[in-house]
Amino acid sequence: MTDVSKEALLREADEILRVDIPETLLPDQPGAAQESKTLELNSHTLNFGPQHPSAHGVLRLVLDMEGELVTRTVPHIGLLHRGTEKLIEYKTYQKALPYFDRLDYVSPMCEEQAFALATEKLLGIEIPERARWLRVMFAEITRVLNHILNITALGLDCGAVTPALWGYEEREKLLEFYEAASGARFHANYFRPGGVARDIPAGLEDKIGAWAKEFPAWIDELEGLLTENRIWKQRTVGIGIFTSEQALAWGFSGPCLRASGVPWDLRRTQPYDNYHKVEFNVPVARHGDCYDRYLVRVAEMRESVSIIEQCLTQIRPGAVKVQDPKFSPPPRAEMKRSMEALIHHFKLYSEGYHVPPGATYTAVESPKGEFGVYLVADGSNRPYRCKIRPTGFAHLQALDELSRRSMLADMVAVLGSLDLVFGEIDR
Amino acid sequence: MQGRLGALAFTLATTRPGISSAELEKGELVVRTTRDQILPLMAFLRDDRACRFEQMMDLCGVDYPSRAERFEVVYNLLSVTHNQRIRVIITTDERTPVPSISGLWPSASWWERECYDLFGVQFSGHPDLRRILTDDGFEGFPLRKDFPLTGYEEVRYDLERREVVKEPVSLTQDFRDFDFVSPWEGMMTLPGDEKAHEVRQHIKRSRG
Repeated sequence: MTDVSKEALLREADEILRVDIPETLLPDQPGAAQESKTLELNSHTLNFGPQHPSAHGVLRLVLDMEGELVTRTVPHIGLLHRGTEKLIEYKTYQKALPYFDRLDYVSPMCEEQAFALATEKLLGIEIPERARWLRVMFAEITRVLNHILNITALGLDCGAVTPALWGYEEREKLLEFYEAASGARFHANYFRPGGVARDIPAGLEDKIGAWAKEFPAWIDELEGLLTENRIWKQRTVGIGIFTSEQALAWGFSGPCLRASGVPWDLRRTQPYDNYHKVEFNVPVARHGDCYDRYLVRVAEMRESVSIIEQCLTQIRPGAVKVQDPKFSPPPRAEMKRSMEALIHHFKLYSEGYHVPPGATYTAVESPKGEFGVYLVADGSNRPYRCKIRPTGFAHLQALDELSRRSMLADMVAVLGSLDLVFGEIDR
Repeated sequence: MQGRLGALAFTLATTRPGISSAELEKGELVVRTTRDQILPLMAFLRDDRACRFEQMMDLCGVDYPSRAERFEVVYNLLSVTHNQRIRVIITTDERTPVPSISGLWPSASWWERECYDLFGVQFSGHPDLRRILTDDGFEGFPLRKDFPLTGYEEVRYDLERREVVKEPVSLTQDFRDFDFVSPWEGMMTLPGDEKAHEVRQHIKRSRG
């Protein structure tokens, strides 16, 4: 490649990067003769975070301000970096799984799903039907959990306190389902390579069914508070606009991409587990502003409820993990009688299983967008390399572009609408 | 899906220069190429009508200390138009820089910073190659295989000096790295059991 075409490429990239000045901020008559006057530029640098409630965790932003206009945003991340990828290299596959709950702690089970699917792909095992349905169901419960928190937190950022109060109550119901299935409210460790940890207790299906019946009414109430609310629309409509081209170039995914008009959902296009057996719509909005990102999330919650109902009608009793003692622990009762089972149990929890050499990039549609795991196995019982592709990393990176020349308060709305969780971004 | 990816692999391997292999691994298209070909290849993958990989989803390093060029830089691209993924892999060492693709995809900028931060892979032409995830003033590249899990330095707040101080890591117990790999498989003689083994296997000990 010659230098000339390289330059052409860079020029092209510059075009994508060009400053987007909203029309409202442009002078009315450009080029008109101006009287000479002395201007006092009020430009300064502002530190935002890392201990700021609107920073959604430990984000530090260095903002170049011109009065109240943000001219440049420099995010500083890594304050929550725990070296998850390094730690995983020193753990067996089973012990690596709980780290995924701690990445995006607002949607833990979806992160587990990515790692479980990647490991299963390398192992070449197929999980039982009931486990697939349980995974789909709990992944959708996770999606609702995540969207409730995001929408209500965005509301808080814009001054609406009531949705958050209502939302936490609703999340509590869902966390009870989490607790019933896995024993933990947040760090579930429920989806394992080879299925799920254990079957759900008797009666939980009915409880989830009852919740799914009444939840749409709650969404209506939430929408009653926000969707047509004048203040809410003033704070979000036309704020943080991203076009489809920009969203694609910046690696957006999930609701943020769909709000920019790209109909892309991994559950539909590259289905995993049992997503090809359920019917759902992929909500898409066109304007790519904060309001559209909110609308997409609300619509997705309704779709999730419908998916959960479809799971409940199609789920049948059966095994919930691979019936292979090399990957799933034997039942406790069997261990009391069978030497073989005892040995398998011991080997599974000390040595773990060996994964044949290979590499895979497996991505799932987590509530925030594409969450991927690039897993390299070398034939031993530990991952050789486990790269985690956090969704928010790409979204946060575009914050400078999204909030350039916007007001400081609007930058906060943009930040909230991107749905960032720093456990995931910093890893 | 499989057929189209296979056709794409064949097209890439036959028409693009510098591609050492293009094949399907577990149903995923993997292309290996060289550093100097990465920019034209990436531009081709993004703009060609049959490729249209609009999104640079992930960039990461992998460390193989025993190789001459110890680092692999792995690019995962996604085409929303054609619903296909591709993985491009190049190799490099500690000193040789990799051309930055942040001019093609603005999102690559932070991923390259991360790769530099964790592995020490150099990227040429990057607008802002700084550390991103690790602490201020951090030294070393933590995801290299020769970097210890416990690190070299630990940070604490010193009450008397009223500031955060860095000290060498002191472990209250030795770093525990258990070797759980089975000694049973492929091992004929258990330690301490040599004599019984000889009898069982009818091995005659040669007596001098």
